[in-house]
Amino acid sequence: MAKQNDRGFLQASDRQPLLFDWIFSVDHKRIGLLYLYSVGAFFLAGVALGVLLRLELIAPGPTIATAQTYNALFTLHGVVMIFLFIIPGIPGAFGNLMLPLQIGARDVAFPRLNLLSWWLYILGAFMALTSLFSGGGPPDTGWTFYVPFSSETPTNVSLALLAVFIIGFSSILTGVNFVTTIHRLRAPGMHWGRLPLFVWSLYATAWVQILATPVLGITMVLLMVERLIGLGLFDPGRGGDPILYQHLFWIYSHPAVYIMILPAMGVVSEIIPVFARKPTFGYKAIAASSVAIAAAGSLVWGHHMFVSGMSDTAILVFSLLTFLVAIPSAVKVFNWVATLYRGSISLEPPMLFALAFVFLFSIGGLTGLILGSAATDVHVHDTHFVVGHFHYVMFGGTGFAFFAALHYWLPKVFGRMYNMKAATIAWAIIFVGFNLLYFPMMLVGLHGMPRRYYDYLPQFQQLNVIATAGSWVLAAGLLLMFVNLYRGMRRGAAAGSNPWQAATLEWVLTSPPPAESFSQPPQVTHGPYDLQQAGKP
Amino acid sequence: MTDLPFTTIEAVDAVFLYIFGIAALLLVGITATMVVFVVRYHRRRHPQPQPSPSSKLWLELVWTLIPTLIVLSMFWYSWEGYLKLIDVPPDALKVQAEGRKWSWNFSYENGRSSDRLYVPVGRAVRVAIVSRDVLHSLYIPAFRVKKDAVPGITTYVWFRAPEVGSYDLFCAEYCGVSHSSMVTTVEALPEAQFSAWLEKSKKPSAAGGPALLSRHGCTGCHSLDGSRRVGPSFLGLFGRQTQVLSDGRERTLTANQDYVRRSILQPQADLVQGYPPVMPSYQGQIPPDELQTLVDYLCSEPLSAAPAGP
Repeated sequence: MAKQNDRGFLQASDRQPLLFDWIFSVDHKRIGLLYLYSVGAFFLAGVALGVLLRLELIAPGPTIATAQTYNALFTLHGVVMIFLFIIPGIPGAFGNLMLPLQIGARDVAFPRLNLLSWWLYILGAFMALTSLFSGGGPPDTGWTFYVPFSSETPTNVSLALLAVFIIGFSSILTGVNFVTTIHRLRAPGMHWGRLPLFVWSLYATAWVQILATPVLGITMVLLMVERLIGLGLFDPGRGGDPILYQHLFWIYSHPAVYIMILPAMGVVSEIIPVFARKPTFGYKAIAASSVAIAAAGSLVWGHHMFVSGMSDTAILVFSLLTFLVAIPSAVKVFNWVATLYRGSISLEPPMLFALAFVFLFSIGGLTGLILGSAATDVHVHDTHFVVGHFHYVMFGGTGFAFFAALHYWLPKVFGRMYNMKAATIAWAIIFVGFNLLYFPMMLVGLHGMPRRYYDYLPQFQQLNVIATAGSWVLAAGLLLMFVNLYRGMRRGAAAGSNPWQAATLEWVLTSPPPAESFSQPPQVTHGPYDLQQAGKP
Repeated sequence: MTDLPFTTIEAVDAVFLYIFGIAALLLVGITATMVVFVVRYHRRRHPQPQPSPSSKLWLELVWTLIPTLIVLSMFWYSWEGYLKLIDVPPDALKVQAEGRKWSWNFSYENGRSSDRLYVPVGRAVRVAIVSRDVLHSLYIPAFRVKKDAVPGITTYVWFRAPEVGSYDLFCAEYCGVSHSSMVTTVEALPEAQFSAWLEKSKKPSAAGGPALLSRHGCTGCHSLDGSRRVGPSFLGLFGRQTQVLSDGRERTLTANQDYVRRSILQPQADLVQGYPPVMPSYQGQIPPDELQTLVDYLCSEPLSAAPAGP
């Protein structure tokens, strides 16, 4: 066994009960782990719901659930995965754990606000769960809460809206905290040109969180008022407009896609140079493209509404802007691939997940062109093509980056290493299962199967069966991966302070990092990917 | 095939081909480069990284500008395709589609209406789309057309069925518990057959009870065989002791003609216990003679048999 004082920030104090020591801690590393455990739990819940949805769709007609239950299941799957896993996932867990370490800060700028942010997240999650068992029963609107259906349905939509509203504040507070931290708390010598690309991506994300999330809050409040006192804002019978709701909803929810994907891109930008032993190709281009995506991504929400009845002029403008936002993403992909050139590449688990990210994200991005194009979007809008596409981006992209981050950073956080062989096998199973699940989904959408369909025509069955089989493979791979990580972090061999020979600042510290990460700010002397300098500040 | 008039299918499929073609090339290019680099510079073969520049302005410019040109060409080509989807040929047949929970009703200019969309083959058809309650979306995959039905406004699609046959028509915007049963067909008939259909039984009241139940979408939620759907079954309706919620008060009533009529026109007046209060009002939607036929039929011999199930 390791010596007691080797456990760094994980060391229990004897002042108060263990649980309180964690849930009232203002240490960014402990809050990061609180986030990690909570988003991890919700991810597993979301996966379980997803597997149930796929099981229902293995055959037409009723299979395991009623139509009403199915509608509640996909609503819950969407709300849990989006608001409780992907949005807070990488920033909340790895942002909190690593951002201050990577810039040589003692903590984030507002540690108490940081704790409040986690508490709001938990409160929101608790309310979302309560909405399932109270009032008119589980919400059945889909995570988009479109009016007029959402303003009329007797299910417990109001409480779910309040939950989303509160979780939104959690996200805003994290954003404010990160922007301030990056501006004010960089160690001497850590100038903007030396910021790790993960920090750059969190910086761009934080601005989107601050600027876009309030619109979501306002929209949720308006919808609640519509439900409670019948304001009529979205009701055409009283001069309102249902399409207005869609604009308000997507003004947040499209930028939210970039809240989900930008930190993932940041993770991949950290991992590829380390395992290729080459400095990132085009550091400035990758950093600038993060900011460009955040800015341009705020102006493309209308591409969710090409068949909504919105004006054709609006369709023209939104289609053009949507195509333009593809460019900075493409630039990132080219730079990642170029980083591999003349490197010395080792395919350890974090790198495998990062390379799979590049491939799957490319598929997600390229199929997105079909959706940005007005003529083709009309055919595939609201079909399983869209469902497949966004799972390639959100799961193949952000999900795989989250797994990459787990394999890359957990040895730093716990000071222990997982079993590499099991991790590699898990990666392979997940990769196969993923494609088996979501590729047929895109095909069945191209054939015309609408989404959110409890029942479907017989010609769609074959592809649905393949997708459902894929969901089992995927779930098995995930199970192996999590078990392996859990065992590794409990009983694995000591990882050492810098197992990957990386050059960013978190690897200068012992593993696990001490409770006072940097009691003295380090003097930074080199760039984040100056791999010859690995282990030195 | 120059004699065949232009259809929406060609307009859209050309754009699909263009974007998917380029996307496939890009994906293969990116993936192949990545795989070649990983194999060639794997640590076993290449234990030490070799120096190479860590940025090159010309390269960044090239791989910014080329994708820019590609996506702009896609945008333009796609917009040209979209213009064909919104540009209705002047000779188009006009039909109105009404979406409601959970069925479609199609009405023609001469007053004929139907729960299937009958169209003449080869002729342009313009479908004006309205909704009675929540959002729906009229989607015909075979013709690549889709448009939301939005309460308060009228939207439209146009298409031309290229061949005689039956084509699936879906609701594509989630609209509640029976969203996935809001499915019907487009029936493309030869011109003469279509005209005969259009003129036949123009007086809708000639239709009997079962046809009216289907046309007005009743059977989307109410079964005729006692099985439970969104709403109570019609089987054994007449004379049934029914637990209802009237103005927030629970009471039991015996279903009679007045109750059936009231439930069609003001569904929220007496809510049957155990069913969600989701039925829209049919006030002004059903001509008086048809309403009478419906009420008579619902309270008639074939349906008033003892209920087979709950």
